[in-house]
Amino acid sequence: MLLKGIAMKFSIYRYDPDQDAKPYMQDYELPEKRVEPGMMLLDALLLLKEQDQSLSFRRSCQEGVCGSDGMNINGRNGLACMTALADLKQPVAVRPLPGLPVIRDLVVDLSQFYNQYRTAKPWLINDEPCPEVERLQTPEQREQLDGLYECILCACCSTSCPSFWWNPDKYLGPAALLQSWRFLADSRDLATEERLNDLEDPFRLFRCHTIMNCVEVCPKGLNPARAIGHIKELMVKRSL
Amino acid sequence: MSLPKRSFDTLIIGAGGGGLRAALQLSQADARVAVVSKVFPTRSHTVAAQGGVNAALANVLPDNWHWHMFDTVKGSDYLGDQDAIEYMCRAAPRVVYELEHFGVPFSRLDTGHIYQRAFGGQSRDFGGDQAARTCAAADRTGHAILHSLYQQNIRARTHFFDEYFAIDLLSDAEGYFLGAVAIDIASGEPILIEAKTTILATGGVGQLFRTNTNALVNTGDGMAMALRAGVPLQDMEFFQFHPTGIAGKGMLITEGARGEGGYLLNGDGERFMERYAPNAKDLASRDVVSRAIATEVREGRGVGPEKDHVLLKLDHLGSDIVKKRLPGIRETVMAFLHIDPAETPVPVYPTAHYTMGGIPTDRFGQVVVPEQQGAEEAVPGLYAVGECACVSVHGANRLGGNSLLDILVFGRAAANHIIDHLRDSRYHRPIPDGAIDSAMARLARWNQQGKGESVPALRRELARVMEDHCGVFRNEGVLAEGRKKVLELRERMHDAYIDDHSQVFNTARIEAMELENLMEIGVATVTSALARRESRGAHSRIDYPERDDVHWLKHSLFSLDGDKMDYKPVRMKPLTVETFPPKKRTY
Repeated sequence: MLLKGIAMKFSIYRYDPDQDAKPYMQDYELPEKRVEPGMMLLDALLLLKEQDQSLSFRRSCQEGVCGSDGMNINGRNGLACMTALADLKQPVAVRPLPGLPVIRDLVVDLSQFYNQYRTAKPWLINDEPCPEVERLQTPEQREQLDGLYECILCACCSTSCPSFWWNPDKYLGPAALLQSWRFLADSRDLATEERLNDLEDPFRLFRCHTIMNCVEVCPKGLNPARAIGHIKELMVKRSL
Repeated sequence: MSLPKRSFDTLIIGAGGGGLRAALQLSQADARVAVVSKVFPTRSHTVAAQGGVNAALANVLPDNWHWHMFDTVKGSDYLGDQDAIEYMCRAAPRVVYELEHFGVPFSRLDTGHIYQRAFGGQSRDFGGDQAARTCAAADRTGHAILHSLYQQNIRARTHFFDEYFAIDLLSDAEGYFLGAVAIDIASGEPILIEAKTTILATGGVGQLFRTNTNALVNTGDGMAMALRAGVPLQDMEFFQFHPTGIAGKGMLITEGARGEGGYLLNGDGERFMERYAPNAKDLASRDVVSRAIATEVREGRGVGPEKDHVLLKLDHLGSDIVKKRLPGIRETVMAFLHIDPAETPVPVYPTAHYTMGGIPTDRFGQVVVPEQQGAEEAVPGLYAVGECACVSVHGANRLGGNSLLDILVFGRAAANHIIDHLRDSRYHRPIPDGAIDSAMARLARWNQQGKGESVPALRRELARVMEDHCGVFRNEGVLAEGRKKVLELRERMHDAYIDDHSQVFNTARIEAMELENLMEIGVATVTSALARRESRGAHSRIDYPERDDVHWLKHSLFSLDGDKMDYKPVRMKPLTVETFPPKKRTY
């Protein structure tokens, strides 16, 4: 779709607990003179915020690396800064990421998401004495981390996962489990047993039912479901 | 009026690489550390750094810290302080190895060692052949480092105040800094955070310019807080324009793209850098390459219907190298330009990127101010690290790969200095009555109801004026007019209002306070640029095209009090080696 010469219509989720009894959807229009080819949804939201300063959302890098502006766009989770307006059906329905408490408008409370991330112990564990130089790792060993370390913690995956909606306090969710595998897969990490023990529980890992929404929505093209599959394989191998 | 109070040994404002490296060092030493950040830590702009971090590991080609030091001094156009530069280059291998031990997923060589690539301004043997000094995790090095540092901080149980915005610093009559007033963005509640030492680590101010590579959060909050607290800002006229931002849009294309073998073409299909830098060519220093591109376009040899950009050619590298070494920029180019850089050259133009100037510090991260004509003295209790600081290791022009190094080395050094200091300061100094008044007034000012100037419109106008009047090439007339316009904008800001008065996650109010910060730094930048009548590094005066070491081999200091300029000498004496005296700079 060519964008030049058309106004863009939006329907945006609004809720300010300071003023509103309950949430509602508000219509916005971006006049055609402000619409430019190649525009991303975030560009449009920033212009709409100039019309209505009270519209609240998170944003920072504008190029898909900081992970601030995850939101639900026409029913699908994504980053506003990496979603081309031209690809969106109008009116564009913009809602907060589903399944988490809304603080205001498009801003959700990510505490549960971050808690699960911390539960995964997302740091390298290696208690051997540090060499004076780098620990060695072959290019092949390092390649095992590709598709894992690039996660930007935007929460698009975990908040698209029905298992996470139902048990956000008990199931780690795809983003945190991707981190679990990122360290299990790292040749420098020596805490495999400890990490697997931590996941040995009916919920933390095993609530993944391979619904695959996480893979579908990841704006970085990562595959948490495959990472979870690898962890499950390790679990099985260990129990044999 | 009293506020809820929290009490720590050290308060760190900013959770990018500098703040997190300092926090980790302090937490590991069992100091009580609070990190205040207006965004969740991994959203800080360090995450966007691409190409890598410089350290003379000699994993690919022979190298040593002294060559690195020479390149950095030369790159700085001799405005860098040579004691601090020696310190940084010597510390570099150690801080990179530490990162590797923290878990940073560096790319690897077949030997298993950390991958290093060529970057601009790097040489072997004091100006000889190209070096390969930049340690990389593909082209996502900043992301890899920031996430690892955050993860190590969780492990070390650093105390985080996520999504808190620092309004102003607190000090007492004797000039001791005692912490800050911040606001919890989610609830709108102000809070006083008391600390024996405070580190500013708030990053740069790329949002001062219309087209920039920076995140929207890069509004120079710490620099402005320092200015308001009476600390001058140093060398603010030196703002780096990165040669390869995506033309018209600003997204960064790492210098690593040229390090991997990419090069620039003008409208005639000529590899024009050969004319400007016969030896280093496309890997000359950033100021040199940016001026060359701007000159090609000014002289009518640009590319495109408007002849307003040049091309970065990568298609000859082969798609394997592009996918393996430059996956992030490939993704960015495909998303924003709908072309594959492995097949089609990328339109680029110099784009505002990095603030060389900032809060003056010594090599321990202590904020220093000139004491009435005498030697500098440290401001008690106040430190600054990273892009918001000016140590100065970058002088008039920063080398690519030295910014990640700067935040790591000086984040760590400041923390170590503080650890020593904490041993002697057992108790917090009392916070005097009225210390919070100016911060609270600043907050209250935006609660006023009314109609007037719009905050987003003023921010846009400021960025436009700075771009038009304080860009790659400058002269007296253009700068003087720019300064007049910025001063007018600062006046008009007094009539600005916001119409969102909710207490809950009020981003309009945060943006208004960011605008105040931008405005002060805009005045500092254009005033410093107008005053410096020579060309050095990133500061190119068409009316004074030569470097003038007789009159201008000195650091600028801008103070908010009367918008005045002052100057101080460059520290030419390194710690242990001979001085590199100023020489003509060619690449």
